[in-house]
Amino acid sequence: MREEKTNTLIIETPEGISFSLLLAGPTTRFFAWAIDLACITAVTSTLSALLSTLGLLSRDVAMAIVILMYFSVSISYGILTEWHWRGQTLGKRLFKLRVVDEQGLRLQFSQIVIRNLLRAVDAMPFLYLVGGVSCLVTRRAQRLGDYAANTIVIRSRPSLELDIETIAAGKYNSFRDYPHLVARLRQDVPAQEAAIALQALLRREGLDPDARVALFRDIASHFRSLAAFPEEATFGLTDEQYVRNAVESLFQSRDKTSSQSELTHDRHGDIIL
Amino acid sequence: MIVDLQRFVASEERYWREIEDVLDSLEKRMERSLSLEEAKRFHYLYQRASSDLARLSAFPFEPGIRQRLEALVARAYAEIHETRLKPHRFSPREWFFQTFPQTFRRHARAFALAVIITIVGSAFGGLAISLDPDSKSVLMPFSHLQTHPSDRVAREESRAKDHMEGHKSSFSAMLMTHNTRVSIFTMALGMTWGLGTIILLFYNGVILGAVVCDYVLAGESRFLAGWLLPHGSIEIPAILIAGQAGLILGKALIGRGSPESLKTRLRSISNDLVTLIFGVGLLLVWAGIVEAFFSQYHEPVLPYSLKIAFGLIELALLSLFLARSGKNSSGKVMKGHEAESQHA
Repeated sequence: MREEKTNTLIIETPEGISFSLLLAGPTTRFFAWAIDLACITAVTSTLSALLSTLGLLSRDVAMAIVILMYFSVSISYGILTEWHWRGQTLGKRLFKLRVVDEQGLRLQFSQIVIRNLLRAVDAMPFLYLVGGVSCLVTRRAQRLGDYAANTIVIRSRPSLELDIETIAAGKYNSFRDYPHLVARLRQDVPAQEAAIALQALLRREGLDPDARVALFRDIASHFRSLAAFPEEATFGLTDEQYVRNAVESLFQSRDKTSSQSELTHDRHGDIIL
Repeated sequence: MIVDLQRFVASEERYWREIEDVLDSLEKRMERSLSLEEAKRFHYLYQRASSDLARLSAFPFEPGIRQRLEALVARAYAEIHETRLKPHRFSPREWFFQTFPQTFRRHARAFALAVIITIVGSAFGGLAISLDPDSKSVLMPFSHLQTHPSDRVAREESRAKDHMEGHKSSFSAMLMTHNTRVSIFTMALGMTWGLGTIILLFYNGVILGAVVCDYVLAGESRFLAGWLLPHGSIEIPAILIAGQAGLILGKALIGRGSPESLKTRLRSISNDLVTLIFGVGLLLVWAGIVEAFFSQYHEPVLPYSLKIAFGLIELALLSLFLARSGKNSSGKVMKGHEAESQHA
């Protein structure tokens, strides 16, 4: 069966555990490469300007050094930075990209060298056309160099917590005063429903006003049926604010929840299965 | 299932920290290897973290913890399931005198094929120039080769002053970088199932054959040998080795008759490709120096016999080096996996 192109690579370990990696597309990679190219140009032009300013060497030797320097920097930049920063160049760091082994194994030096030397083919005929097309058509968004080296380029997952912080920025959450009800909510709301509520909040600005009211009314009434917060906690809350409080309580990280609710636990207690 | 997430995290945290510490130390020092007890503990920690991740996946409200654990399991997975040879401290001497020639010999058939393709190309180029002298401008796209060989020889031998004065170093650097680029490209074209490599080797052969034939037919064989041999005896084998690397890559992609998967085949040749191309780079540095500082001087500055002898000695030494260096006492060449198992 032909496997479909996807932007996520799921690696399943023999232990039956799977973890996922988000594949980087050609556009982001192209921008990262542009940054890298700027770095290479900056380094070589600074060094050659320095050489000519100092004037310590004859014109011939200085020219030879510039030629060799440009060559070595352009070839070794990708290899050395990806080796030193475990799969990242400056451009990749900036765009939160990383080269990893296709099977999730440790990235080998030879893999880094091959993917960087094969740029010669990927860059053909101009502006990485071959590599770009290869990225678009291969299932794991690999250019030819990646294909030969068994590597993929992944991007870091956008932080979900950041989104929640944006939703609840500076807002008082009256549900925090009722940790036992928050706990019940966290236990009773299935993952899919929580995700729907989060998505609704993230996209709320793009909704039609009537649809927005109707959507949040439905979600809020569903949450109310699962955990009934006392009236003083919900007094004056619109449906949307209710859902916002609920989502923040559901997704809020453990540290914040515990500090806010001032719950104390036996840290050495074992888990109950 | 997890009933109390906070207690779960609190009790597991120390195991996650422990595995994180082991991973940090393993990643920081590549050559570090674990003792049996450490390895057992590491494996236990990995399994524990894996099972924690499985439990957490039914609990989606802690994206931060889950992401952290997922990253930990991914890192530990890479360490546990990696079976390839671990990088050890790199010794340039061992690499040059053992790894490089051994790798070359291991793929001797690919090198022989590169030689044959170049010879066929040379024969084509030689035949073309002898049958159709007008094809010179097409076959040899270099301005200094367009004139009649005897005219060039007369001009070179009548130079009163050092014509290379003032640009020897930059010429040498230009040669090194240009030839290395061509070599890398020759290897990289192996990605076209070896076809691009074959075309490039053939084309190089055509130019070489045409030049040689042109000078031989004009009766300038001594000049030709004196001009080409000092750098050519290293430069041409270097390009052939780059072709060898390209053909190895092409063969791995085609994989005819191999029971291994494409990924496994590519994985198994990656170290060899890197070794060969670095070797080529080194040879080309030497060839670049010789070409700029030695090859461009002709009689009466340098006698041709000296230049020819120099070139032949280089060729003999290179052949000896590639054929004999790094052979073990029994004279048997180790295969890749044998070498790996010996290291392990």
